[in-house]
Amino acid sequence: MSAYDQPIIEFRNVSYSDGKQQIIKQVSGIFPEGKITTLVGPSGAGKTTLFRLCNGLISPDTGDILIHQKPIELYNPIELRRNIGLALQSATMIHGTVLENLSLPLALRGETLSKVQAAELLQVVGLEEDLLHRNVRDLSGGQRQKVSIARTFVNRPKVLLLDEITSSLDRVSQQEIEQLILSINKKYGTSIVWITHNLEQAISIGDYSWVMMAGELIESGKSEILRHPREEKVQRFVKGDIK
Amino acid sequence: MSFIALSLALIFVLIPLVLSKTLKLDLEKDTTIATVRSIIQLFIVGYILKFVFSTESYLYITLMILLMIGAAVQNARKKGAAIQGITWKLIATFIFVELLTQSILLGFGITPRTAQYIIPISGMVIGNSMVLSILFLNRFTAEVEARREETELILSLGGTPRQAIHSSLINAIKASTIPTIESQKTIGLVQLPGMMSGQIIAGADPVQAVQFQLLILFLLLTTATITSTMLGFLSYPALFNKRMQMIRYPHNGS
Repeated sequence: MSAYDQPIIEFRNVSYSDGKQQIIKQVSGIFPEGKITTLVGPSGAGKTTLFRLCNGLISPDTGDILIHQKPIELYNPIELRRNIGLALQSATMIHGTVLENLSLPLALRGETLSKVQAAELLQVVGLEEDLLHRNVRDLSGGQRQKVSIARTFVNRPKVLLLDEITSSLDRVSQQEIEQLILSINKKYGTSIVWITHNLEQAISIGDYSWVMMAGELIESGKSEILRHPREEKVQRFVKGDIK
Repeated sequence: MSFIALSLALIFVLIPLVLSKTLKLDLEKDTTIATVRSIIQLFIVGYILKFVFSTESYLYITLMILLMIGAAVQNARKKGAAIQGITWKLIATFIFVELLTQSILLGFGITPRTAQYIIPISGMVIGNSMVLSILFLNRFTAEVEARREETELILSLGGTPRQAIHSSLINAIKASTIPTIESQKTIGLVQLPGMMSGQIIAGADPVQAVQFQLLILFLLLTTATITSTMLGFLSYPALFNKRMQMIRYPHNGS
């Protein structure tokens, strides 16, 4: 990683256990500011847990997480979560319409989202305005993911953590979301960290990549490392020998 | 009622015992234990009440009420074992409900300030409060589990624990109080309430029995809503830590 890449999130010997097993083991590394970092690894690698740590939904047992060089525990949890946005694969929705879901982040602050703002948000994620009053139950998988991203984006986070948001989508929807994330990164300077199981996507979208396995960070650097990994374990993973 | 008449009433225990034996329901032991316990417990209470009524001492009345609260807490707390400090939250709820209802009843002179009124009404209030708290805790813990993703979503978007748990809390409060409200809609049509029946059998004027029954019904409405609401608002903070994280966080290890 280049010396001029400032970390927006930095991990220093971070470990986390859920009480039964060690999920994150001594992870040290950075997510650079303003860039797209792709996070790959077999299932059970601890990738989602790492996101929950960044969003402050859980705290590490040992080690430090720094956001803009400041320890995470010094941030007010609410402010932290607004700045470190999280969108999960499940794209959980609250009951109601698209508009109600998009309004949620502002409603939590006692503010309201105007229809104009909501329509703009839909435009950012490439959805039509007439979806605003549609019940979220009637959305396709791709539309749900886009609404979920738009909803996270209402807080204008400095970092967007995206957890396998395209894994259940068809190729066209995948490409649309890839374009959307690239444009959000470019237009708003938002730092993106994207968990994906698609190595081609990880290379083509990412500036940087992390490879995690069994709770450890095995290799990190420019996304090109995924084409020619140094570590033997990563080579096997890239070949598809480790699922 | 004479003791001979009461002994004859044991026929109503004999019938289920014979049925259980014949059909191999395996309920004989439980039925016998339940019968023996109810006889012993009720007679003990009967003699204690007789003593307390005769003394009219506020100390004994208070002790009786504390005993009821203790028993109610003991019963209800198992249902809320997942909630830290549930015992104290239940004690606070039962004491508050009891103080509120008795203050209104005695303060406005609705019922006389005698043990004969205070103790049975307290028993009904605390008993109802206990059932409501069990219903509430059952539903609340189930709601929290079922809505974990939604709770987590709201937290992750910068919501407070109160906002994140709102739906679970409101659903549990509603679900636990609905049976009380619903049962009042059909009361008198399907069955006569126990207290009213008791009064009528004991020779009271049916209209006066109805008046007392209505008083109890209104009282139980307050008891139901206050119990669920108070217990809910006391309980939900125990599900979160200072960092606004859900305690006992589920993890998928991915």
